[in-house]
Amino acid sequence: MSDVTVAVKDATPTVGDVMVDVHGVHKSFGPLEVLRGVDLQVRAGEVTVILGPSGSGKSTLLRTINHLEKVNRGWISIDGELIGYRRSGSKLHELKEKDVLKQRTHIGFVFQNFNLFPHLTVLENLIEAPVSALRRPRRAAEETARRLLDRVGLADKADAYPRQLSGGQQQRVAIARALALEPKVLLFDEPTSALDPELVGEVLDVIKDLARTGTTMIVVTHEIGFAREVADTVVFMDGGVVVEQGPPAAVLDNPQHERTRAFLSKVL
Amino acid sequence: MSTLPSTTDTAPPGAATPGTGPGAPPAPDDPASLKVVPARHYARWAAAVAVIVLAAQFVHGLATNPVWEWGVFSDYVLSETIVQAVWVTLQLTAYATVLGFLLGTVLAFMRLSRSPVLQTVAWTYIWIFRSIPMIVQLVFWFNLSALYEELGFGIPFGPVFWSVDSNSIIGTMGAAIIGLMLHQAAYAAEIVRGGVIAVDHGQLEAAAALGIPRLRQIRRIVLPQAMRAILPTAGNEIIGLLKGTSVVYVMSIGELFYQVQVIYGRNGRVIPLLLVATAWYVVLTSLLSVAQYYVERRYARGANRTPPPTPLQRARRFVRTLRAAAAQRNRPVIPLKTPGPLGDSR
Repeated sequence: MSDVTVAVKDATPTVGDVMVDVHGVHKSFGPLEVLRGVDLQVRAGEVTVILGPSGSGKSTLLRTINHLEKVNRGWISIDGELIGYRRSGSKLHELKEKDVLKQRTHIGFVFQNFNLFPHLTVLENLIEAPVSALRRPRRAAEETARRLLDRVGLADKADAYPRQLSGGQQQRVAIARALALEPKVLLFDEPTSALDPELVGEVLDVIKDLARTGTTMIVVTHEIGFAREVADTVVFMDGGVVVEQGPPAAVLDNPQHERTRAFLSKVL
Repeated sequence: MSTLPSTTDTAPPGAATPGTGPGAPPAPDDPASLKVVPARHYARWAAAVAVIVLAAQFVHGLATNPVWEWGVFSDYVLSETIVQAVWVTLQLTAYATVLGFLLGTVLAFMRLSRSPVLQTVAWTYIWIFRSIPMIVQLVFWFNLSALYEELGFGIPFGPVFWSVDSNSIIGTMGAAIIGLMLHQAAYAAEIVRGGVIAVDHGQLEAAAALGIPRLRQIRRIVLPQAMRAILPTAGNEIIGLLKGTSVVYVMSIGELFYQVQVIYGRNGRVIPLLLVATAWYVVLTSLLSVAQYYVERRYARGANRTPPPTPLQRARRFVRTLRAAAAQRNRPVIPLKTPGPLGDSR
């Protein structure tokens, strides 16, 4: 655990720089050790897909990256900035909630259950964080929001309430909401698992479109086809550790580990 | 039913009329001619008649029993003293509601906070103030000056820089408002807490993931959604409080119930004056209920795909359909009155 803060903040990362650095992360819930030393590097502009059986710790890993879960050991940095802690010498000082919230504005998170704010319209959902957390002027935030809605194909739904939309539409709104903060990295926690089968495609299409434009993304999913088509790196997790990782062709078609083979034989 | 003949099991095809027998299948070629006979609820009708008779008796009694003294009632119901007393009752209710729910919201978030000290203090407050009957507490506040002769600002347990006589800043009205507010806050705290924990945890997570500042999360994301669960119970509480202000008569404050007692103490017309108080409490409670309906509706935004119409909207729609129907009936007359190209083209 050395040389954590290589301050490259504000320097625009070029493709290939490490954007997300997960280092020796351990996480327990009581006696249950969910993550047992995870290392993971995600380069800027790349799409990383995390696969694994349920209970393997993939969602927990994703949630530690934006500090929704605190780690017990190890550290995570995004674009060279330590998440949730400040380092001085050999000590890590826990950040105050206010500072953690500020860090989270650089990390977009898309939930399995969308978690849109049901009492706000689609447009209000999109401008809430830019206006309150980034102090953007309302007018500018609305313009950005409408552009993003257009991008996810929902320009006409700006004034609808979330419950008036289908699951697929809600998840597309949730993606637009995460993008409204112009995050450095987008995290997806099983974005299509709560959707009816015929709605999965429209959400995956939006994510694929983002991948083409060079958004750095980490996607936890069970959609193997999506992983094969979009991922630059496929990570297979089991029992709280990364079992193997590499390009989709290597991991999906020629897995090196028995556990990976066993998992793929069940889902393919 | 049993009045139908049960003998014609074999009706000639095509000739079958609806319900020719309990076992007879309906004629397949003419389903539209079958008549539906609604079930008859004799017991329900009998109960309705009995209830209507009882209600009519009661209303008849209200109108004819001289003890109600409707003349005295109408003399007093809009008299200046009573209207002023109603105003005092409204003031007590408004102050105690607003201040009580403000303090209650603070207490609710103290109980929900991660600090064990704040949690314990809030819990103790709620425990104490829910345990003391309101009337006992009000008398305590009435005798505040016996407890604390002076109120002052200074260093806790240290010197006092500035102080006043407690009776001079907290009059009787102030003591009553403080008493009602503190009592109300204990209940409001639990109502607000109940609303907050009813909000889906994912909402807070999403707000946190978006980096929305903490206070804003509560004000903009949590509380508006909590209101859905808070409002029905809060409505109960406020109506209870409105009527509860009548307890304040023990402090000789000129609210509705106190004034009514003063008047009937003087003229001995107990029943009609109690009726005056009753009428006002019913009117005020009804107004609060209507207000509650519209406030609840406002906080239901986004909860339904299409919000149901308000009673007023329903009434307007009903009038509109009636007019449309009337216009429909009148329409054939129009071409007759104005025969010409317009009438011909129809």
